[in-house]
Amino acid sequence: MRKKDFDVIIVGAGPAGLAAGYVLAKAKVNVAIIERGTFPGSKNVMGGIFYRKALDDLIPEFYKEAPLERHIIEQKMWFISEDSVFSTGIKSEKFNKEPYNCFSVFRAKFDKWFAQKVQEAGALIINETVVKDPIIENGKVVGIRTDRPDGDLYCDCVIAADGVNSFLAKSLGLREKITPNKVAVAVKEIIGLPENVINDRFGVSSDSDGVTIEITGPYFEGMESMGFIYTNKNSLSIGVGTIIEDLIEHKVNPNDLIEKFKTHPAIAPLIAGGETKEYLAHMIPEGGYYTVPKLYTDGLMVAGDAAMLVNSVHREGSNLAIESGKLAARTYLEAKDKNDFSAKALSAYQAKMEESFVLKDLKMYRNLPHLLEEKRYLLTKYPQLIIDSMYSIYNVDGVSKPDKIKNIKDKVKKEFGYWNLAKDMFTLWRKLG
Amino acid sequence: MRIEDKLYLVGYNVDEEGSHLGVSDPEACKKCQGRPCTYVCPASVYSYDEEEQKLSINYDACVECGTCRIACDYITWRYPRGGFGVAYKFG
Repeated sequence: MRKKDFDVIIVGAGPAGLAAGYVLAKAKVNVAIIERGTFPGSKNVMGGIFYRKALDDLIPEFYKEAPLERHIIEQKMWFISEDSVFSTGIKSEKFNKEPYNCFSVFRAKFDKWFAQKVQEAGALIINETVVKDPIIENGKVVGIRTDRPDGDLYCDCVIAADGVNSFLAKSLGLREKITPNKVAVAVKEIIGLPENVINDRFGVSSDSDGVTIEITGPYFEGMESMGFIYTNKNSLSIGVGTIIEDLIEHKVNPNDLIEKFKTHPAIAPLIAGGETKEYLAHMIPEGGYYTVPKLYTDGLMVAGDAAMLVNSVHREGSNLAIESGKLAARTYLEAKDKNDFSAKALSAYQAKMEESFVLKDLKMYRNLPHLLEEKRYLLTKYPQLIIDSMYSIYNVDGVSKPDKIKNIKDKVKKEFGYWNLAKDMFTLWRKLG
Repeated sequence: MRIEDKLYLVGYNVDEEGSHLGVSDPEACKKCQGRPCTYVCPASVYSYDEEEQKLSINYDACVECGTCRIACDYITWRYPRGGFGVAYKFG
């Protein structure tokens, strides 16, 4: 019989890998998680909003002990031009009640805590180790090769949760080459400010209540960019993510972009007096449903960012990662009962994912990435129209309201055409639902 | 804030044994239009030395996002050895 070091080897101690590890360890499976950082979380970055539900199903009421920043009671969406903001959003006391909807988090702290829970459940976490390749025998993945001396490890099944750059998924031919139009790079700063200053500026009454602002619009000059500001306890997470192809075409450096973003008249006062504590960058797989690879092969399943599981419309990713890790682990447990880890047996993972909110959500928005790629003006011209129209209506300058409405209508007719406007609205409505 | 000052705030465990970044065909850089690696990298790792006619790679500033390898097929990119590279405090 072949040597076997573990039942399951998970590559990557992010939310997908840790969730899989937790489920398996709880089921008394001999599982190892390989992490290349000095500790789980040390290389993990996201904007910073973590949705409770997927993890609460695994570790009930985790939010009472996990290192979280603020629970979010208001979510805003801003469309910005050079000098204006059109703002929309939802603030609700319903978000201010346990068990809470989502939280701002720091991944280096959060993932470290999560990894501790997984370790307590019985998983082995091996840090400071890079997985170089899968080990393949007779067309089946039977282990992984690490950068440690004598670093070959064998197992029944590998779960590749190795993040957006996933070399495992790529080397097995599961994933196509990622092109610059399918992935964004986000840069972020943690800006320190006193708790009470944050409370005052964002209109919340305590340091546990938080606000999020997502920001796009003509300010980004036709690039598909999404800015964000999230409140932490005594800092703000501020960042901008942009499709890499747009950065290339517009010859823009991501740090220059965030520096300019910070000077916008609506944003500068929110961060004024703050001190930058850390600067971070990370890629976000934005391609959506059509870029999700086949999720399994003989002896291996793919989860999290490695499987491109990001819902960019709702900036959800870590919850999709956790759900996918959980479902991969449950698929393994079923496969173990029959001692069959073939592609056929593991295809149950794909079926579970299709049934879950993860692929249902991504499927619903499947045409949106392509639509936005084709019609970048949806993010610029329409927000600009709204900003200009609202400015005109709110600005009292002696022009009658009927004349103002007529001017707006004339402008729409001239710049868009009623037919094109109707067509765009119809397309958006259809592709969003 | 200058990128140099921002990178000063980032924790690194630099692998003195060598770079995890490279270029598979240095001739390609000479002919490259616009050299996107020199501006898309969030940590400004890449710069082009006109005199030497070659790409200069400051690998110890790399934050391991992978943007450069998506932007350019000639960039050879692997993870730093286990335990080396960027180590975030907040994340």
